[in-house]
Amino acid sequence: MSRKPAKGPLEYARSWPLRLWVGAVLLFLYLPLASLILFSFNDSRRTIRWEGFTFDWYGRMMDDAALIDAFTNSLTIAAISTLFSVVLGAMTAIALWRFRFPAKSLFDGAVTLPIVVPEICMGVAMLVFFGQVMPWPRDLVWPLDLGAIIIAHITFSFPFVAVVVRARLTSFNREMEEAARDLGASELRALVDVLLPHIRPALVAGALLAFTLSLDDFVITFFTAGPNTVTFPVKIYSMVRFSVTPEVNAASTVLMAITVILTVIGMKLQGREIAQQGH
Amino acid sequence: MVGPMNGDWRRERLAFLSVITAPAAWIVLFFVIPLGVIWAYSFGRTLNLTEVAVTGTLDNYARVLDPVYLMIFAKSLVFAGVTTAICLLVGFPYALVMTFATPRGKIWLLLGIMLPFWTNLLVRTYALMAVMRTEGWINDAVGLVGLGPFEMLHTNFAVIVGLVYVHLPFIVLPLYSTLDRLDRSLLEASLDLGAGHIRTILQVVVPIARPGILSAVMLCFIPALGSYLTPDLLGGPDSQMIASVIERQFKRANDWPFGAALSFMLMYLTLAAMAVRALQDRRKGAIA
Repeated sequence: MSRKPAKGPLEYARSWPLRLWVGAVLLFLYLPLASLILFSFNDSRRTIRWEGFTFDWYGRMMDDAALIDAFTNSLTIAAISTLFSVVLGAMTAIALWRFRFPAKSLFDGAVTLPIVVPEICMGVAMLVFFGQVMPWPRDLVWPLDLGAIIIAHITFSFPFVAVVVRARLTSFNREMEEAARDLGASELRALVDVLLPHIRPALVAGALLAFTLSLDDFVITFFTAGPNTVTFPVKIYSMVRFSVTPEVNAASTVLMAITVILTVIGMKLQGREIAQQGH
Repeated sequence: MVGPMNGDWRRERLAFLSVITAPAAWIVLFFVIPLGVIWAYSFGRTLNLTEVAVTGTLDNYARVLDPVYLMIFAKSLVFAGVTTAICLLVGFPYALVMTFATPRGKIWLLLGIMLPFWTNLLVRTYALMAVMRTEGWINDAVGLVGLGPFEMLHTNFAVIVGLVYVHLPFIVLPLYSTLDRLDRSLLEASLDLGAGHIRTILQVVVPIARPGILSAVMLCFIPALGSYLTPDLLGGPDSQMIASVIERQFKRANDWPFGAALSFMLMYLTLAAMAVRALQDRRKGAIA
C-alpha cells in the first residue's frame, strides 16, 4: 500500500472527532436493536440476564396461532395495498406531470396531504368513516374482513408512490412519446408502451415503499381495525402492553428482518442514484 | 427535456380521464370525506354513544382553550421543539460527514441511518423500553460504577430520548441533501483566509444553508408534534402529548366532537409548520 494522500482541508469524513461522532450516533441507533435481537435468543423467561442460546421463543411464536394470524393478515394487507397503491400512485403522477387541467393544484394538494397529515388525525378520521359513514360489514370471510384496513393503507401509501414516480418522470424524453404517436399509436397505447417502461424502476421502488409503509403502520390500523382483525404491529402492541416476554423480541426480530431485506433490495435498486442526487 | 409537459386535458380527453378518475375518486371518497366528517363533528355535540349532532357550535374549540388542554398543547410543542434541537445538534455532524464521504461511504452512511428508519416504529420503541428499564442494561452499566439505578422509563426524559431516536433520520436526510449542494469553494476560501473549521461552519455554512436547515427542522418538528406511540409507551402519566388526548376522546371518553376539534387544532398547527417550510423553500429557490 502506498502512503495515504495528504488530508485536504474539506475532508470532514476523515476527521477523527467527526468519525467518533458518527460512530456514537450509529451506536445509539443500533445498540437497542441489537440487544432486542440478542435477547430473542435468550434461554430465560425474564428478558434481563443472558442465560444461554435458544430458538425456543421462535418455536413458541410459530405455535401462537393468534400471532401467526396477525402476521398473515399483515402480509395480505400489505400485498393488496401495494398493488392498488402502485396503480393509483402512477396514475396520479402521470396526470399531474402530463396534463394541465382545472383544479390541478387542488388535486395536487389533496394527494399530498395524506403524507403530511398527522397519523392520529387520519386514524380517527378512518375510525369515524368506517364506523358511521360507510360501516364495513363485520363478519365477512377472510380477506374481505380486512377491507377497511386495506383501504386506509392504500390512502396513505399511494401518495408516496406518486412522489417517487413523479421524480422519475422528470427525466422522460417527451419526443419518445411523440415518435410513438407519429407512428400511429393511440394516446393510451403510447402511454402504456413508452411511458411505463421508463418509469418501471420508480414503480418497483414505490412498491417496496408502499409495502414497508403498510407493514409498519400501527397508529392508523389501530384506529381502523375492528376487534377481530388484528395485524402484526397491533398484536405486538398488545403484547408489549400486557406482557414483556422474549416472544415479543422474537416477533419483532422477524418483522425487522423482513423490513431490512426489503429495504436492502430497494437500496440496491436505487442506492447509487440516491447517493448521487442526494434525495 | 425537464419539467412537466402540461398538455391540455381537452385535447387528450381519453388519456386524461383514464389516469385521473381513479385517484381523484379515491382521494375524495377515502380521504377528503373522512376528514370532512371529522371537521363537521368538531362543530357538533354528542347525543349518545355513537351519535353526534352537528349544530355549528364552537363549544369544542372553546374547550381546547381550557388551561388543562392548552398545557398539553404547550407541552407537545416543547417536546417536539427539544427533540428537533437535539436532532439538529446530533444530526448535523453526521450529515456533514456524509456530504464529504466517498461515494461508497455515502451509501453506507445512508444505509446506516435508513435501516432504523424503515424498522417498525413499534419495534424501535420496544427496543428502547428494554434498554431503559430499571432492570435494563443502562442501569446495569451505571450500577457497575456504583450509581443508580435510575428510573428512566415512563418519564419525560424517556419520551425525549424516544422521539430523538425515531426522528433523527427525518433531519439527517434533508440536511445532507442541502449540504451536498453547497458550493465547496466557499468553504475552501474561508479556510484559506484563516477561519477555523468551527467558525467556517457557523459563519459560512450555516448562513448559506439556512433555508435548507430550517426546512429540515420543520420536517423533523412536524411528525414529532403528532407523535402518539412514543409518549404512549415510553412516557409516564405527565408526559401526554396531543395525540394521546385525541385517542382518549375517541376510544375511551367517547367525546368525538371534542376529539375532532383537538384533531383539527393539531392539523392547523401542522399545516402552519408546513406553510413556514414552503416559505423557506421559496426563499431558498430565490437565492439559488
